[in-house]
Parts: sequence; structure tokens; C-alpha cells
Amino acid sequence: MSKFRKKDKGELPAISTASLPDIVFMLLFFFMVATVMRDSSLMIENQLPSADQVEKLKKDRTIFIYAGKPSSQYKQFGVEPRIQFNDAFITVEDVQASVFQGIGEMNEELQSKVVIGLKVDKNTNAGLVSDIKQELRKANALKVMYIANTKKAE
Amino acid sequence: MAKRAAPEVNAGSMADIAFLLLIFFLVTTTIEKDKGLLRSLPPIDDTEVEPPIIRQKNLFTVNINRNNQLLVEEEEIPISELRQATIDFLDNGGGTNQAGESCDYCKGKRLEDSSDHPDKAIISMKHDRETTYEKYMDVQNELVAAYNFLREREASRLYKKYYPDADKVFTAMLEEKEKNQFSKDEVLNERIETIKKLFPMKLSEAEPDKK
Repeated sequence: MSKFRKKDKGELPAISTASLPDIVFMLLFFFMVATVMRDSSLMIENQLPSADQVEKLKKDRTIFIYAGKPSSQYKQFGVEPRIQFNDAFITVEDVQASVFQGIGEMNEELQSKVVIGLKVDKNTNAGLVSDIKQELRKANALKVMYIANTKKAE
Repeated sequence: MAKRAAPEVNAGSMADIAFLLLIFFLVTTTIEKDKGLLRSLPPIDDTEVEPPIIRQKNLFTVNINRNNQLLVEEEEIPISELRQATIDFLDNGGGTNQAGESCDYCKGKRLEDSSDHPDKAIISMKHDRETTYEKYMDVQNELVAAYNFLREREASRLYKKYYPDADKVFTAMLEEKEKNQFSKDEVLNERIETIKKLFPMKLSEAEPDKK
């Protein structure tokens, strides 16, 4: 009888860590699903202006157009503000074609609700923006969202 | 030889591997939500119709020059005063609209030389090509803020009873619409349209002069 009862009764059993991988994997899958890898790397400086009257943007129906000065790695393109679409610099004349291409890649039922998201550096001159807007009018993509950082309303 | 059972693989390092991956994804994840000012551009109109004559008093001109200075109604003012000036102009209600109704919800001063009715009040904005985008956005923001302020005021006057807890009634209505975007709520949509009609956003932008 006493042979089998040698161990101390007061000792707590160690907590099993066998389920730890499961927990971690669960978290891992969450972040894997939630992660959006940046699809176009920016070739321009892109400091957004701030505004306090902002609305949320619906991503599924948005085409982004970037504009700003070429960033330091792309010095060979000069210092004048340029327009970027996807992964390349485009000229003002190419904006229309790019927008049509973007619309073509979208879901069919969202094509009529397309919104153009303009991510423009705050030090760009507004003349470039109005050139882009003029092209968008020609392309009949009339809904425009000026993307901005949220500033606290006074 | 005695048959030996295969030794069990030690799974203790599984957690470490998973943690490594987890930290990688944690670092690379950016859950970003873009926000901004939504505006509609006017469609290109080739028809040669004589534009309607707009009386000077119904026009609120905002100019930004190449040095980012602001000229409002021929007067230079700081941007901090733009919002109030715009509200005063829109809310003036000095006369009647196209249908001959006077603005019974306006709380402005009803001056003779300012806008007749929110229906008729038009903001005309013009900027130089050299204006910075930041300044341009600041001005846009203030103009939109003026409209939002007035719409908010009307919404709380008309529909406060349905949203007793809401601080900003119009915002609450828009949020509710957003939430129920898959089940259309006709009553709510109609209310939002009513508010928008009381202060229709008439913001025209002129092309900057080409040199």
C-alpha cells in the first residue's frame, strides 16, 4: 500500500502547454486573413493633408490615383510632382486610359458606382489636381474622394 | 532484435514556430481605413445653352492665390473665419427661391445684399495653379463643414425626437444608413434627402487660368 503513495500530495501538476500552439495558430490565421499586403509601392512622397469633415471610403469600388514629388529613390524623375497609377508613373493624358482599365478590372455590379480616390501629397500644387479632375470628367468618372488624414474637429 | 517503437516527435517547438509567423504577420498587417472628402465633379457639358444669370448677391466667391492667401467676397480673411462667413451667407435667407417661397428655417440676418435662399446660394471657388494642395483641402474642408453644420442643425430640429441620445443627429442618420445598407430603409432615406434639400450643396469650381 505505502509503496505507491510515496509522492507528496501538496505539489501542483504543471500546466499543460499542449494547447498553446492551437491558440497561437488561431491568432496567426486571423492576422494572415486580415493582412493586406501593399499592392502598389509608392514611388512618390505621399503626405496626406488633414481634414475633419471626412467620410469613410468603400474600398471595393475605389480606384486609387497617387500624386506627388518623386521620392528620394526615384530622383531621376526630377522634382516636379508626378502622377502614379498602380506601379508606374503616368502622364495627365494617360489618366483616362488608366481609369478605364481600373474600371474594367472591377466587379461588374460596382462599375457604375466607381469612386476615384485621390491620394495627393499636400505640397503638390493644386493645378495638377485640377488637371486630373478634368481628365476624370472626360472619362465620366465623376465621384471623387480626396483622401485625407482625420483631424480632430474643434 | 526487438522491435522498437518510433520515438515521438517533440512538438514543444511548434509554439515557437507559430509565434514567429504570428509576429511577422502582426508587424506587416496594416488595417487601414481610408477617409476623405467625397465630392462629385460636374459632367462635361457640350451643349451651348446660355448659362442662367446668377445675381451677384447669390454668389459667394472664394479665391486662393499662389501665395495661399484667401480672398472671400473681395476681402482677404484668415481661414479661421471662412466657416462662419460661409454659414452666414448660406443661412441668410433674404428673399425667396425659384418657387417664390421664403426660407422659413433660415436663422440668418436676412440681409438685402446676401443670398436669397439656400436653393439659390452658390459658392464659387477658384484657385491658382500654384496653390498648394494642402491649402486647397483646408478651404474645401471649411466649406463642407459649413454645409454640415447647417444640415446638422436642421436634422436636430426635425428629427431629434427619433434620436434622443445622439449628439449629432445628421451623422447618426448617415451612420444608420451605412449600417443598414443591405436592407433599404425608405423612411430614413427620405429624411436624409429632405435635409440635403434644405441646404443643397452648390459648390462650383472654376478651372485655374492657364498661363
